[in-house]
Amino acid sequence: MTDGNKIIEMEVLRYRPEQDQEPFYQSYEVPFLDDWSVLQGLQYIKDDLDGTLSFRWSCRMAICGSCGMMINGVPGLGCRSFLRNYYPGKLRVAALEHFPIERDLVVVVDDFMNKLAQIKPYLIPKQVRALDQGEYLQTPRQLEQYRQFSTCINCMLCYAACPQYGMNTDFTGPGILALMHRYNADSRDDGRAQRMELGHADAGVWGCTAVGYCSEVCPKDVDPAHAINQNKMGSAIDYFLRFVKPRGASQ
Amino acid sequence: MKRSNEPVFWALFGAGGMLSALTGVALVFVTGIGVPLALLLSPELMSYVNMLAFAQHWLGKLVIFAVIALFLWHATLRILLLLHDFGIRAGPASALIGNGLALLCTLAAAYLLLALGF
Ligand code: SF4
Ligand code: FES
Repeated sequence: MTDGNKIIEMEVLRYRPEQDQEPFYQSYEVPFLDDWSVLQGLQYIKDDLDGTLSFRWSCRMAICGSCGMMINGVPGLGCRSFLRNYYPGKLRVAALEHFPIERDLVVVVDDFMNKLAQIKPYLIPKQVRALDQGEYLQTPRQLEQYRQFSTCINCMLCYAACPQYGMNTDFTGPGILALMHRYNADSRDDGRAQRMELGHADAGVWGCTAVGYCSEVCPKDVDPAHAINQNKMGSAIDYFLRFVKPRGASQ
Repeated sequence: MKRSNEPVFWALFGAGGMLSALTGVALVFVTGIGVPLALLLSPELMSYVNMLAFAQHWLGKLVIFAVIALFLWHATLRILLLLHDFGIRAGPASALIGNGLALLCTLAAAYLLLALGF
């Protein structure tokens, strides 16, 4: 399959619930070319060495968010990390931290999906426009308010990075709070008050202790830590203003 | 979902952080190095008479109070967060001790400053 002469040792976390008591590392010798990603290494294992290995992937170009995994202990996308950067050392690949393992590198994403639904990740317009009224217009400046936060691919790397989520999964977590901000900050949206009921809670923005590792591992430069910090400010203003203005002051 | 009361502590934490960033180093220099060693500053600057006059002026009281109280609230939350990040959960007990101590010192500072008179 390859004519490369380099061989890298990949240790992959295995766990098949029907036969394994607990997860363990299995080692594979993978010949690779310079442009091979970690995901390609896993595909080589599955195709040529061991067909029982399970992992998620789809796009192979850092856009679907399926291939998140721990690569030498750091949350990363398999398709965006390259084997050459780890050679001649060996490489350890494991399932994303802080999530239950379903099988091998596949994790259970139910908690993330439920939380995603809770923040209503869609536009809730002030006034619903009929089709013949045309589109919702927005200036480039209004777009800039949320554009960065809209590039999230739901890869959950930030959840694997977040010590607060690791300690207590009640915390809504970085990626979804960033998405909450993405919709709140959109000039076409009027759903902030609905979303901030969760945002103002201990499980919302206040569960964050500003570690910032989420923003470091994010492959899309979403900077969830920044989104959360901005919302702490908004939530604090709202906390104090509600005594002055009982209604409406929903920052 | 219940609204968090964290904004109260966070606001004090933020204000204390800002104040300590702006004045902390200068204060350490003035009170710890400059005045005691007579380095660039006169030792007379912090003489009893001067300091008493400073503490008896309403603006002086305000400055002393802000520095003591806000630094304390900042330090309390910083320590609680640090414990939390080390995996020691800041439960109600440690939060009570930390914040209670900060509150006690805040009240004591206010009382003593007022007791000094104007
Ligand atoms: S914020 Fe970044 S790391 Fe988190 S899910 Fe979105 S793209 Fe992934
Ligand atoms: S395979 Fe789609 S992000 Fe890696």
